[in-house]
Amino acid sequence: MAQNNIDVQLKDVFFFYNGVPILEDVNLEIKSGAFAAIVGPNGGGKTTLLKLLLGLLKPDKGKILILGKSPEKSRLRVGYMAQYAHLDLQFPVTVKDVVLMGRLGRNRLGWYSRDDIHAAESSLAEVQLANYASHRFSELSGGQRQRVLIARALCCDPELLLLDEPTANVDPQMGETLMKILQTLNNRMTILLVSHDIGFVSQVVKSVICVNRQVLVHPTSSLNGMVIKEIYGGDFCMVRHDHSCSMKNHYHD
Amino acid sequence: MIDLWNVLFDPDNSFLRLALYVGTLASLPFGIIGTYVVTRRISYLAGAIAHCVFGGIGAGLYIQIKLGITWFNPMYGAIAAALFAAVIIGLISLYAQQREDTVIGALWAIGMAAGILFIDITPGYFDITSYLFGDILLISQSDLYMVIGLDIVTALISILFFNKLFAVCFDEEFARLRGINADAFYILLLCLTSITVVLLVRMVGIIMVIALLTIPPAIAGIFAGKLWQMMAISSILCAVFTWSGLAVSYQFNLSSGPTIIMIAGIAYLLILLVIKLKNICK
Repeated sequence: MAQNNIDVQLKDVFFFYNGVPILEDVNLEIKSGAFAAIVGPNGGGKTTLLKLLLGLLKPDKGKILILGKSPEKSRLRVGYMAQYAHLDLQFPVTVKDVVLMGRLGRNRLGWYSRDDIHAAESSLAEVQLANYASHRFSELSGGQRQRVLIARALCCDPELLLLDEPTANVDPQMGETLMKILQTLNNRMTILLVSHDIGFVSQVVKSVICVNRQVLVHPTSSLNGMVIKEIYGGDFCMVRHDHSCSMKNHYHD
Repeated sequence: MIDLWNVLFDPDNSFLRLALYVGTLASLPFGIIGTYVVTRRISYLAGAIAHCVFGGIGAGLYIQIKLGITWFNPMYGAIAAALFAAVIIGLISLYAQQREDTVIGALWAIGMAAGILFIDITPGYFDITSYLFGDILLISQSDLYMVIGLDIVTALISILFFNKLFAVCFDEEFARLRGINADAFYILLLCLTSITVVLLVRMVGIIMVIALLTIPPAIAGIFAGKLWQMMAISSILCAVFTWSGLAVSYQFNLSSGPTIIMIAGIAYLLILLVIKLKNICK
């Protein structure tokens, strides 16, 4: 992964839905090796931004480059983790088959080779689910399903990993495990994740991209009450992570 | 049962044998395509295609009798209408932003109405109940060839593109991101569905098509852990329902189509009931 390459570049991007501007004049550059969170209020355009990066939506104005090419052309070099909520849990499918989907598009017919199966197994091991390969996808817990979808994205062998709310529907402890996995993965790929949970992600990501029709980038260190208030436009509760009580001078009954 | 066996090999009953052959061979595409229809949740679209088939049959009769093009079998009209409807309905469900179900519901009814109007302007009397409810007496030698052709086509396509079709049914968005032309595969799936529906119409009629297309996969889905298992189980179930339906209808002198559907439907509901009771007793 070459440093100082720009993996994601948006220039003067506008997106309208039924004439209503969802994103306005977005300029954004994300360098190779970044670990950034896209945050913002509901309806602020987080998902739209993600879909623009994936090429599932096209900007009405402006230009988007992913890994130096158009989003469509870079697709196979990008891994994407959706939320599992949109999947049909009655679908008869094993965990391994879900992960193997990450290897589609590598040959014309979509048949899997021995290498593909190895890749799926090692991606599952990376999210600590190696023993669940032959389980039915629907038998897993929410957190496990989310990790299977991360494994599927990893199985694409991506240079850029995009995640949509990886910590939604997951209990806090599992969320922390997920974040640790992502931190390790960041050593070899650029990671961008969407989250509504700014407190949670600000501990691990290196920068925060605030989306509320307009897009602003902050390094995590400069996050403070004023900035967050600006993003969410109202009062909020803030949990400080940089400050924790030591066990010694802190008593529990 | 032995009685039925004798009946089956009675030279006078070649129609029954033919129905049995066609029913058995057709179980393969019904099981495969039915599984895709159920997992992709497009049984409503399959229903609309089935009713558009009636428009094609009406047009076929009109072309054959009124226009005097005698080689034009109404079944050709049915196949053409089914494929046409599949593409139109596919495009609507892909590109209509809203009210997709209303538009498809309208097509559903227009297909039916067109069939009746075509029959109105065609001279002669036609018993349309055989098209609506199926009639094994209608099954001909050419249907046998058509079934064999469909067997080969569906088996080949679903084996060749198994992983891609699976991906398009399970998670279309992700399939698209892996560079799969999801729209094209979706239309292909609907075209295969439409040809399968034409065959089903011969056996159980337009009105009951959806039941035989969806009940076997619905039962199979309860037991199968993988997509191909669901296809295999539903193909077997489909054959079993067809055989037992034909046997019962022959024995008691009943219409074959409704008997097949009744057996399949009752089996499905009973299985659901047993599962429910099992869960309660746990």
